[in-house]
Amino acid sequence: MPFYVSPEQQMKDKADYARKGIARGRSVVVLQYEDGILFVADNPSRALHKISEIYDRIAFAAVGKYNEFENLRLGGVRYADVNGYQYDRRDVTARGLANVYAQSLGTIFTETNKPYEVELVVAEVGESADLDQIYRLTFDGSVADEHGFLAMGGQADAVSQALKERFREGLPLAEALRVAVRSLEAQDSERRLEARSLEVAVLDRNREHRLFRRLAEARVSALLSEEPGAAAAEDEDEGSSES
Amino acid sequence: MASQDAVGGRLPGLFGSPDTSSFTEFLGAYSPDALPGRRVLPQVAAGAEEIPHGTTIVAVTFPGGVVMAGDRRATAGHVIAQRDIEKVFRADEFSAIAIAGTAGIGLELTRLFQVELEHYEKREGRTLSIEGKANRLAAMVRGNLGMAMQGLAVVPMFAGYDEVEDRGRIFSYDPAGGRYEEREFHTIGSGSPFARGSMKKLFRADLSAEDAALVCVQALYDAADDDSATGGPDLTRGIFPVVASVTADGYRRLGEDEVGALARSVVEGRYEAPGGPTAPLR
Repeated sequence: MPFYVSPEQQMKDKADYARKGIARGRSVVVLQYEDGILFVADNPSRALHKISEIYDRIAFAAVGKYNEFENLRLGGVRYADVNGYQYDRRDVTARGLANVYAQSLGTIFTETNKPYEVELVVAEVGESADLDQIYRLTFDGSVADEHGFLAMGGQADAVSQALKERFREGLPLAEALRVAVRSLEAQDSERRLEARSLEVAVLDRNREHRLFRRLAEARVSALLSEEPGAAAAEDEDEGSSES
Repeated sequence: MASQDAVGGRLPGLFGSPDTSSFTEFLGAYSPDALPGRRVLPQVAAGAEEIPHGTTIVAVTFPGGVVMAGDRRATAGHVIAQRDIEKVFRADEFSAIAIAGTAGIGLELTRLFQVELEHYEKREGRTLSIEGKANRLAAMVRGNLGMAMQGLAVVPMFAGYDEVEDRGRIFSYDPAGGRYEEREFHTIGSGSPFARGSMKKLFRADLSAEDAALVCVQALYDAADDDSATGGPDLTRGIFPVVASVTADGYRRLGEDEVGALARSVVEGRYEAPGGPTAPLR
């Protein structure tokens, strides 16, 4: 290396690089609702998922570079399945997984030239809303414990602000989805999101065994067109929405 | 895809090679001792008799699905090791697995197979075809060949609903990993010759789901009638066979009350005719 670069400058450059990469994409929103945790991504692709199942009660959401967070997702599925197989299904926790991700991201950030341009959420739905766990992990391996709602990727600040104005605790699914979509539209002024360009999934604590469920496009548009306030007809039918 | 974190990450193996969506293959590289069939066994021929063995499993297809059932007995030599063991399990949403042979290894194989299917589904975003599932199981049985040669054999039976062809399918295995698709019905385990004879007479191509379950309970009764290692319905303790159906609606284990009612009606019928229902002679 021809010139001396101070560690501070080096870290700052890497962080700026990662932040820029993450801000280039579109946003993902995670929020708690009446029956669990809702994930909504502004993602028109049916094949490349930003939201995925990790284990019985745990899901994964990510923004940034696809190949990088996909690698982390695949590793997370392995971590969960190995632990669930060797101990018990109940012994797989979001906290453990968040730690593994934090270690890996931290190592990559400090020891390689190019940091991962990703931001992740690892969420675990509990028996009740106050036992839900939502961890946000950033490119340098920092972990934050979140409550209620969060937005990441793209114009995350604008979306967060919009969420903050609309979010209430214990919203029914249709309303929570509307809050999420309207907030995602705050990415830029002309944005109008329809079911076709959304990836939506829930961790529903009222389901059995594997609580993760993707919501199919038809279901999402039905929920979005429900009259605000007329959410009394909360049907259980999430139907054939398996990916 | 080898990742950079494989160099210094806390759990290097997790994110790197082998690049596979098979849980068994990954576990074999990550923690080889955790797989059945990879363990070093003492070189003695005796002793296997004293380890609990599971016995009779039956399965029958009906239009739109398949029913699988197993008795509840495990034996160690001539002793009943357990009278309420379960040998029929959900493999995934559209398939079931049951085991006969060395119980401990069979249960481990079942757990591994369940994770194998779920692992693939989560990593690939799609479920395996029914043949794909049956082939994976064959490979796992083959991995146990060494132990089978020393007397610790386990033989599974696999049944599932084929979403493409809209019908139930049954696969059987031999200890060397041979995979055979069965038509109509099949039985495995020590009581299987008696159960198979019974099913041969009771099978119809147009069985309803409920009658298919009844055929299974009848066949298990006949197996228990003639095989000491197969347990019959235990009315005094309320221990009945495990019966599960797989249809387009997915895997469903019949409730205790449903199976209890079937088992009671079978026992009731045998007071009149101990040999069970008879087939027309011509």
